[in-house]
Amino acid sequence: MKVGVLALQGASARHVDMLARAGAAPVEVRTPADLDAVDAIVLPGGESTTISMLLESSGLADRLAARLADGMPAFGTCAGMILLGREVLDGRPDQRCFGAVDVTVRRNAFGRQVDSFEADLPVEGLAGGPVHAVFIRAPVVEAVGPEVEVLATVDGRPVLCRQGPVLVAAFHPELGDDPRLHELFLSEVV
Amino acid sequence: MTESATPSAPARDTGTTRVKRGLAEMLKGGVIMDVVTPEQAKIAEDAGAVAVMALERVPADIRREGGVARMSDPELIEQIISAVTIPVMAKARIGHFVEAQILQALGVDYVDESEVLTPADEAHHIDKWAFTVPFVCGATNLGEALRRISEGAAMIRSKGEAGTGNIVEAVRHLRSILGDIRKLTQADSAELYDWAKQLRAPVELVREVAETGRLPVPLFCAGGIATPADAALVMQLGAEAVFVGSGIFKSEDPARRAKAIVEATAHYDDPEILAKVSRGLGEAMRGAEIDSLDVRLAERGW
Repeated sequence: MKVGVLALQGASARHVDMLARAGAAPVEVRTPADLDAVDAIVLPGGESTTISMLLESSGLADRLAARLADGMPAFGTCAGMILLGREVLDGRPDQRCFGAVDVTVRRNAFGRQVDSFEADLPVEGLAGGPVHAVFIRAPVVEAVGPEVEVLATVDGRPVLCRQGPVLVAAFHPELGDDPRLHELFLSEVV
Repeated sequence: MTESATPSAPARDTGTTRVKRGLAEMLKGGVIMDVVTPEQAKIAEDAGAVAVMALERVPADIRREGGVARMSDPELIEQIISAVTIPVMAKARIGHFVEAQILQALGVDYVDESEVLTPADEAHHIDKWAFTVPFVCGATNLGEALRRISEGAAMIRSKGEAGTGNIVEAVRHLRSILGDIRKLTQADSAELYDWAKQLRAPVELVREVAETGRLPVPLFCAGGIATPADAALVMQLGAEAVFVGSGIFKSEDPARRAKAIVEATAHYDDPEILAKVSRGLGEAMRGAEIDSLDVRLAERGW
């Protein structure tokens, strides 16, 4: 099982490091040929509007949509969560949403950078205590469909969700020092 | 584990080193564009900018018009903040901590303590640890970069020579920073003390760079980028993202050039894509030879 990290823009290198720590041999994905060679994909944090534009211009958008519709496992963090959701609020009208998870996501829901924060976050079913989560101009889930499991919340609002083989986080597990969520993703994949 | 939505919310730490450097991580592989109006900010966002730098004048105009260059009018910064959904940066003068306080109060996402503005202090930079908002600072060499990091900068950009459309200085600065990092990784533990002395930088930071082979914060490039090929050049040299100042809105077709530079930065290692996006962009900004300049902005900063 080969895991790719979308590397058009954003914190892709940190995901590569974390996946390697969790025991995978990740590769970077920038072209349709790169995508064809992987079995699962991580969509990193970054600017969702930029990544969305680059997905279109690089010819990856439709290919990725088809793979996700086919059930390809995916893990999206922050901007990646926005891309994998069904609908985005406070986004741009031309911004792409793949609908791999039945969630409505609000961009920049916690405020501007001065409101960005880190906190210990209890995660449903995860052994070893809370995850130390870094939220950067983070989005939040405003509505979830019936198939979606909510694994963690802040102020009662979902920030970590799973639907089948797709995991989405509003925060950045790749910026911390804790590979457990990457391990969780890999364990779902394998 | 039981119900996660506990009544007592977990403590939230804002303005931490990880949160400040984290936003820089999110901007990697992207293009930060100078804009002087809300309309330009929209064009930048439409073209795929990861952030905009809100300014009253781009460096090329500051150069031409002269006078003291200061922080922009808060009203303009607020208009630009409301015009886009991406992060907004703004510049404060070197050492002018009150301009930085004002920018933080406005909700700016990153403060650039910038040599493009007229310095307010001839000996001191801002104590950036005292702020919640993160700072980016320019550097021409490794020592300058580490001094700025020791003062709390969460991102370094090579200075280049702003407003010239000439990439030569940015290349010099990047090569100097990255070349010295490569040398540092070969130094033994005793040599690191001499390196710290030569670089005029704290030995702890010098040791960290020697061990990791990289700066403790992201390294971006600024100053002189005018074409998609310029952006790809500095990315291949080792920059992690690019700032484009006058290069976009002083060119013939800003929207098109902006998008081309975004694509070139993302695909910096793919000459076929670079050839495709570089076609038919109209005239680039005219630019200037470094020897013809009256003021060398990169020399500001201590």
